[in-house]
Amino acid sequence: MATVPKPNELVIDHKPPQTGWMDTPVVFRPGTWCYGAKTKNLKALDLPNPREWSPGDEDWKLPENWKEIILEGIRERLEKYRSFKIFMDICVRCGACADKCHFWIGTGDPKNMPVLRAELLRSVYRNDFTTAGKLLGKMAGARELTMDVFKEWFYYFFQCTECRRCSLFCPYGIDTAEITLMARELLNLVGCNIDWIAGPAANCFNNGNHLGIQPHAFKDMIEFFVDEIEAVNGVRVEPTFNRKGAEVLFITPSGDVFADPGTYTLMGYLMLFHEIGLDYTWSTYASEGGNFGFFTSHEMMKRLNAKMYAEAKRLGVKWILGGECGHMWRVINQYMDTMNGPADFLEVPVSPITGTRFDNARATKMTHIVEFTADLIKHGKLKLDPSRNDHHRVTYHDSCNTARGMGLMEEPRYVLKNVCNNFFEMPAGTTREQTFCCGSGSGLNTDEFMEIRMRGGLPRANAVQYVHDKHDVNMMACICAIDRAVLTASMNYWVPGVGITGVHELVGNALVMEGETERTTDLRGEPLAGMEESEDEDL
Amino acid sequence: MKIYNANKIIPGLIIFLGLITFPMWYNMGKAAPPPEIKFDTPVIQQMAVKQCVLPKADMRTGHMQLLNEWRTQVVRNGYRTYVAADGKEYNMSLQNECIKCHSNKTQFCDQCHVYAGLQLGSVPYCWTCHIAPKEAK
Amino acid sequence: MGIKFSLLVVAALIAVVFLGVKVVGMYYVFGVIIPYLAILTFVGGFVYRIMNWARSPVPFVIPTTAGQQYSFPWIKQNKLDNPSTTAGVIGRMALEVLLFRSLFRNSKVELRDGPKLTYQWEKWLWLAGLLFHWSFLIIFIRHLRFFTEPVPGFVHLADTLDGILQVGLPGIYLTDGLILATVTYLFIRRVVIPQMKYISLPADYFPLFLILALATSGILMRYFIRVDLLKVKELAMGLASFHPTVPEGIGVMFFIHFFLVCTLFAYFPFSKLMHLGGVFLSPTRNMPNDSRMVRHVNPWDYPVKVHTYEEYEDHFREKMIEAGLPVEKE
Repeated sequence: MATVPKPNELVIDHKPPQTGWMDTPVVFRPGTWCYGAKTKNLKALDLPNPREWSPGDEDWKLPENWKEIILEGIRERLEKYRSFKIFMDICVRCGACADKCHFWIGTGDPKNMPVLRAELLRSVYRNDFTTAGKLLGKMAGARELTMDVFKEWFYYFFQCTECRRCSLFCPYGIDTAEITLMARELLNLVGCNIDWIAGPAANCFNNGNHLGIQPHAFKDMIEFFVDEIEAVNGVRVEPTFNRKGAEVLFITPSGDVFADPGTYTLMGYLMLFHEIGLDYTWSTYASEGGNFGFFTSHEMMKRLNAKMYAEAKRLGVKWILGGECGHMWRVINQYMDTMNGPADFLEVPVSPITGTRFDNARATKMTHIVEFTADLIKHGKLKLDPSRNDHHRVTYHDSCNTARGMGLMEEPRYVLKNVCNNFFEMPAGTTREQTFCCGSGSGLNTDEFMEIRMRGGLPRANAVQYVHDKHDVNMMACICAIDRAVLTASMNYWVPGVGITGVHELVGNALVMEGETERTTDLRGEPLAGMEESEDEDL
Repeated sequence: MKIYNANKIIPGLIIFLGLITFPMWYNMGKAAPPPEIKFDTPVIQQMAVKQCVLPKADMRTGHMQLLNEWRTQVVRNGYRTYVAADGKEYNMSLQNECIKCHSNKTQFCDQCHVYAGLQLGSVPYCWTCHIAPKEAK
Repeated sequence: MGIKFSLLVVAALIAVVFLGVKVVGMYYVFGVIIPYLAILTFVGGFVYRIMNWARSPVPFVIPTTAGQQYSFPWIKQNKLDNPSTTAGVIGRMALEVLLFRSLFRNSKVELRDGPKLTYQWEKWLWLAGLLFHWSFLIIFIRHLRFFTEPVPGFVHLADTLDGILQVGLPGIYLTDGLILATVTYLFIRRVVIPQMKYISLPADYFPLFLILALATSGILMRYFIRVDLLKVKELAMGLASFHPTVPEGIGVMFFIHFFLVCTLFAYFPFSKLMHLGGVFLSPTRNMPNDSRMVRHVNPWDYPVKVHTYEEYEDHFREKMIEAGLPVEKE
């Protein structure tokens, strides 16, 4: 694996090269591309062309008629998606999107400008699907699909995190996420996925979650956190699994079960549900909120997402509660009901504690935990002691997908302001709908890609640096499992001294539970503000 | 061929085409030849050589610029005499010179101005200062 | 390369009409046949493009949500940037089409040592874009005075407002200056900003040059190389009423102007200029964010292979039983 240059050694040059983009070949430099999908993972998902290959190789072992397959794939998608057709046709190259992409800001590579990323595909579209392109060729911005072009697609469409920031600024709403989605579907037609996406998707398909945690292990792991909670405040929470007849099915990304700091967020969920006495169950079958199928193809997204409703139906729950995750919520908000609905076997979510009917989820029957908690706090149903988060000076990172694919912006802020005393916003233009990607979304959170991840993480980190310098911010809250994993790395790289937390970890810290012993530490086992001395005494 | 969202797209398209082809249905096939310019005022009829200050074609396209220039010469510079190409001198005055011959404002000025789409009363704004000639109806 | 090529094409167009009219005397071709062909191409091409887009469905609800969602009564929804109703979408589209809402968000990033980023105010593109498009529309409406008899009130209104300065004779139009200035700006930024230059295609320069030539020829004709407007209107009215006629003695400047506009019309449907129609069909803007509230149907939805719970339990049954997890079949 390539080593990543130190932050001050990283060269970023925003000047485009001398050669035109069609004449500038892509260089597969280590650290800037992800490993290719392995045979077993493609096989597990019945995806085409399973084979051993590496994007670094000269020969990608594509089927002989790969070009036909791709062109036919484009034709099919043009017929199926108006978005694709429109976005291929109406770009005027005004350049408003150019400096909105975190990857362009962090690399200066002109093909990371959203407009040019789209042109990589658009040029082939023009060549084979428009009269002007057929007649005028390069003059009309058309070029033939060659192996070099195809490799360029792989490189740059797995260097886009589908964050949609560019689409916000585009006067026609051209959404690069949509174009990247199409390009990745095309790449998948001949077996050119990356393994960091194909692997989790295969795991999720067969084992129920991206990490491949088997049912007994899933139960074990959550029970481990039950012990951890008890160690913090003496309360023993009692989660149930695959329980029929529960009122609510709870689904969250499996990353929260597996790795810090997501695990602390998971502890927060467990404590909250226990305290309000929610009649809920976990599922080991639908044990994944996230959806790496979304990063593969619409079909794969549907295949993985199907488990949520299927399991809700089997267990006979009334509605579904979803945990903190980014792209999971874009899938639930914009795709799930269309793909796997109608969920007519469920009821419109009603909070059993406050009686609030979640009208905005009346069709999907799935509510976001931050909405759920915000409602609890608004109705005064939670006893909170925000001073237990006084050792944190907190800022909030909007995930791309909950911001630009849903619009969940005030709810998490409301919760945060109620569970901690020191909350600071990052500068305008870097938050809410204009939020910057963590740099590793859409399945690119893999180690071999670290240099580009850190480069892509620069704009977010830079905004954090600002509040770190100005307000001593030492903790960034977020509601996305990928964020929790990757921002930790990005902060260590760019802004050491800033930690990452889920919103519900802070809720768990602040939540005053019935029968709890006095807390001296937070969920991470770190001393609470004012408790540092008693810690020392214990030693 | 299936059209999706036809209930919105087709009305939208029709409205657009309606707007863009507005002149074609607004005129309803009626051609509108330009008005005949009338030179039959008594003064002109008595002229031996029916000649304006500039050749006819130049007056048709450039009279407004000439008048504007006259206005500047008279009002700003105090010159009152215009010497035509043939050496003939004219008094640079709309009311006292032009109207002497072209006393038929409605037919001579207004007809064409209306046809060219100018809004009488505001464009041209000659008559906001000058007194229009009295015409026998 | 793109610049030279586009300039050359526009120059060639002007040369063609100049030679065609001045030398060969093809008045009827440039005065009647080409204009009719151009408008036919425009209408036919435009309808074709829109219908071609309409032939593809919108399978999923994918608005870019640019503000707070519809949530609790005590949280204020951003109804225009994240609409959940049809009325909200109409509002959003109106802002987008009439005021270029999205472009108004524009900012400029600057990379400093550190590396450190700053975001700067940059609304020039928005301003120039907006002024350019509105100028074009007003100029278009103004020109209807040649194609209508009697001239309707809204055309007079456009004319009066545009000429409100009452400077010079014929009075100068605000839009004439604005369109020249904004097109020039749009061109200059393409050349001066390195990223813009890098992404620009001939198809980006050509319409700019074409419109620049179009506006310039119009202005020249109004103030300097004047033509007989009565005859121009006679020609225009002939076309609009389907009694085409080419009066003698219209200056070549008119034919240059007219041919350039015909070129623009004919070129329109096959170019990026179709963003005029496309913006209305953009799914990230014209859909309400109501997909958790109302089910949207994908017309080509098909069943996919899933891993059922039964298959899952069959695979893990023993481990599940051992761990005390409930199973369907013991």
